[in-house]
Amino acid sequence: MNQEGLNFSWLLQMAWRDSRKNRSRLLLFISSIVLGIAALVAIYSLGDNLRQNIDNQAATLIGADLALSGNKAVEGKVKTMVDSLGTERSEERSFASMVLFTKSGGNRLAQVKALQGNYPYYGELETIPVQAGKDFRNKKEALVDQTLMLQYEAKVGDSIKVGEVTFAIAGILQKAPGQTGLTSTVAPSVYIPMQYLDETGLMQKGSRVAYRYYIKYAPKTDVEALTKVLEPRFEDADLDYKTVQSQKEDTGRSFQDLTRFLALVGFVALLLGCIGVASAIHIYIREKLSSIAILRCLGVKAYQAVLIYLIQIVGIGILGSILGAILGTAIQQFLPIVIKDFLPFELTTDISWLSIGQGLAIGTLISILFSLPPLLSIRKVSPLNVLRATSNDSKPERDPVTWLLYGLIILFIFGFSFLQMRTWVEALVFTAGILASFIVLYLTALLLMWLTRRFFPTSWSYLWRQGLANLFRPNNQTAILIVSIGLGTSLICTLFFTQTILLTRVNLSTSGNQPNIVLFDIQPGQKEEVLALAKSQNVPVNQSVSIVNMRLEEVNGKTAADFKQDTTDKQSGRIFGREYRVTFQDSLTKSEKLVEGKWEGVYKNNGSLIPISMEQGFAKRSGLALGDTMTFNVQGTMMQTYVSSMREVNWGEVQTNFLVVFPTGVLEEAPQFHVMLTHVPNPAASAKFQQAIVQQFPNISIIDLALVLKVLDDIFNKIGFVIRFMAGFSILTGLIVLIASVMISKYQRLQESVLLRTLGASRKQIFTITALEYFFLGALAAFTGILLAFAGSWALAKFSFEAEFKPDFLPVAALFFFVSILTVIIGLINSRGILSQPPLEVLRQDT
Amino acid sequence: MDTILSLQDVGKIYQSGNRSLTVLDNVNFSIDTGSTVSIVGPSGSGKTTLLGLCAGLDRASSGIVELHGTKLNGLSEDQLAAVRNQYIGFIFQNFQLMPTLTALENVMVPLELRGEKNVKPRALDLLDKVGLAERSHHYPTQLSGGEQQRVSLARAFSNRPKILFADEPTGNLDAETSEKVVKLLFELNREAGTTLVVVTHDLDLAAKTQRIIRVKGGKIISDAPSSVQNQ
Repeated sequence: MNQEGLNFSWLLQMAWRDSRKNRSRLLLFISSIVLGIAALVAIYSLGDNLRQNIDNQAATLIGADLALSGNKAVEGKVKTMVDSLGTERSEERSFASMVLFTKSGGNRLAQVKALQGNYPYYGELETIPVQAGKDFRNKKEALVDQTLMLQYEAKVGDSIKVGEVTFAIAGILQKAPGQTGLTSTVAPSVYIPMQYLDETGLMQKGSRVAYRYYIKYAPKTDVEALTKVLEPRFEDADLDYKTVQSQKEDTGRSFQDLTRFLALVGFVALLLGCIGVASAIHIYIREKLSSIAILRCLGVKAYQAVLIYLIQIVGIGILGSILGAILGTAIQQFLPIVIKDFLPFELTTDISWLSIGQGLAIGTLISILFSLPPLLSIRKVSPLNVLRATSNDSKPERDPVTWLLYGLIILFIFGFSFLQMRTWVEALVFTAGILASFIVLYLTALLLMWLTRRFFPTSWSYLWRQGLANLFRPNNQTAILIVSIGLGTSLICTLFFTQTILLTRVNLSTSGNQPNIVLFDIQPGQKEEVLALAKSQNVPVNQSVSIVNMRLEEVNGKTAADFKQDTTDKQSGRIFGREYRVTFQDSLTKSEKLVEGKWEGVYKNNGSLIPISMEQGFAKRSGLALGDTMTFNVQGTMMQTYVSSMREVNWGEVQTNFLVVFPTGVLEEAPQFHVMLTHVPNPAASAKFQQAIVQQFPNISIIDLALVLKVLDDIFNKIGFVIRFMAGFSILTGLIVLIASVMISKYQRLQESVLLRTLGASRKQIFTITALEYFFLGALAAFTGILLAFAGSWALAKFSFEAEFKPDFLPVAALFFFVSILTVIIGLINSRGILSQPPLEVLRQDT
Repeated sequence: MDTILSLQDVGKIYQSGNRSLTVLDNVNFSIDTGSTVSIVGPSGSGKTTLLGLCAGLDRASSGIVELHGTKLNGLSEDQLAAVRNQYIGFIFQNFQLMPTLTALENVMVPLELRGEKNVKPRALDLLDKVGLAERSHHYPTQLSGGEQQRVSLARAFSNRPKILFADEPTGNLDAETSEKVVKLLFELNREAGTTLVVVTHDLDLAAKTQRIIRVKGGKIISDAPSSVQNQ
């Protein structure tokens, strides 16, 4: 005998032969992972294409070789330096301001960009008509973002008033470098030529203006190296800089985060599918026990028997992965449509072979990993089973190899999430979160099964009892179905709850007598006039505060440069980079609460340090404590302060809130502007009031919260769509796992149904039992999922959004019935074969 | 004559919780190469357990089982598998054909397991001998009970076993089919010179073997040539 020489080709042949009659079933098991692989391949391909597109289009994202930005105009030596850079330069000043469409009388806050020079040097301002993007610079003409044009039904040739100047609309702005669909919704742009900026009267002291300088270098110049040398000088001048390379990295990083997040959502779908695979293989192997026993009886060794079935799984796993990769590549063609509003560039989609390879590898690996625990039980199949099928029924002892495999699976999940997140802690949290969700769902399923058994309704009619009893029959699929359908339901439900919580919160803020209009950039001289105008129109002013812009120079005697050198300091150096908008007040407002220190509302001007109050969260993030000294630069005047108190601020209230609050008696004479909050009862009054403000005070900006709400809703819908799209994979996978499980259990219940029919049960009775079983299953799964979503959303509302959780029960009930009924329909469709087959045929059928 | 199978003081005890159940107790016998033996006894007497121990499908709790000079007691599962493949053929009451393989493939498996090449002609030849050459590509579900048992006969002889164990080979067949199958079994056995051990209730079948071992309550109550027992 040459059994040692029993070669691999024979095992392959046996695997092929044995699978012949079960291939469609095997494919069904593996179809649970097809969608997961499809999701991953689609997202990896998207990531790959994003990377390539960013590489190809990086220069057009920034529009120049180097972009400098700051919040004051460059002067003196700095100006000389900037003017000496590159071969060509452009300047842009941008600020928020109201614009007025003279024809319709409509007005809205827009991002006004005054431009000088030939920027952009790469890419272009895409306009209709095409020439407008170049020609407007020399005339009293403006380019207006297409969302504004649509909103106010304006046409090219109409007029738009920016400050004191009326410009003819030269063209509709469709795209500018670095601009996304989303930014144009939030802050639509209006480009005007720089030479008319002063005439608008909008450049006043205290106005918040961003100054940008775009520089073009001669081809082949090493801009990176040049900027490295200039970096200290840029820093001294408070100028931020961006090069094509740094822009490429920044953009790449933000989209890497997006694709990683989406990959994790896809991975959840894949894991769900894997559990489906493991459960299906478990049942498959149980059905194969007699075949395995025969093989063992004929002399096949334990590992050879395992190999025969492993080969089947690997083969079908590869096939499933190929199907998934094809589907994923197809889906990838549509992903740009889903995320185009988030992209600052045109996305082209190519087939990514790398992503397909990754998908195939993960699919194959995961099908092996998750099918091995049930496959390994083959080793324990005794050849004695051919004589007595019961000899294996004693309780199986715990196999250490199985535990090892579980460990490997957890390690795999951790490894995969680490590859996406790149930090140990996040990967650990994700892995623990995934395991916890699965365990909670699984335990809930077990508990529900136990409860059903414990409080079994013995008085119900036979059909109901039989349907319910099927939930805990031997080899039932209750737990796996509750986990998969429950997880899908839970994802959808949580998403719905979260969206409701956020929107309700914003809605609440804008209802009742809460302020709904914010006026800012009010110059000190205009304050009284604006108040008078409001009064004349019966518009109440809820709040009026002064705002002073300042920068932080020192903390406890240390400058930004000192912090940069001392990396061990617990304080964050980042607190220096920002501009502080500060108010002064003698008492706390109703949204503020003193939590630490002593509130000092009035400064006695005795030369001592000025007592200031910090917002608690910001102080904590920045490593600031009571008593710390801080030096602020207010337009050249240094203010020596110390932290005398910490406040807790309710940011949910619609009113102006501040990180830093000064006492009265210090900043009254500093350059400042005012902000007022008002409540306008209806859209007509709102339009009238806004129009009057814009016409009388062109420099004052207005935020209409109704408009903000609309924009927020729009953003939620867009983000929600992306998440729903990905959650859809989990739901669909759940359904496929359901179909697969129903198909498997079909073979189990065949005998039982045949017996019932032999004993005289009608088709209708068997149909009812089956329908009831699936209804109980779907209902339990949906109930568990919704319960989990309730718990999760409540926690989110309480701890993350600090909002009240008031779920809307009607859609939840609808979701519950939808999932339950869908389960029944799928269950019945798959079981119809049982009903239509005559008992004799079924008795002769092999399993 | 050589001994192919010998059992010395063999016992089998099943443990169930704290209770132990003695199924076989102090069994001793040996079987000569080429002979035909039947093991008979009422249900629950331990005869199937005895067959399992003799064929290396199960392990004895005590005593020694020696098959073709190999002591089975100390062998691992894989070593036992090799012994079965090399020396033993099986026939079962419920045929035990692999449902996913055709008749031909079922017959080929033991040969392929031995690593033999060109096994198809031999398998076809055996199927021809049992009268099923025409049905070689049919699956077990497409065959009648008698046909399935004939395939199982062909499979049992395919690896030229030294000893053939048959567990109630006619238990699932009608009288007429049983007769045909038994005839075939003895013909093939004679042709191949294989030792045959049959476990059966059927005394007519037992009478066709040279020797009958009677088992009751896990013990051998008689062991004599069938001619003597029939008297």
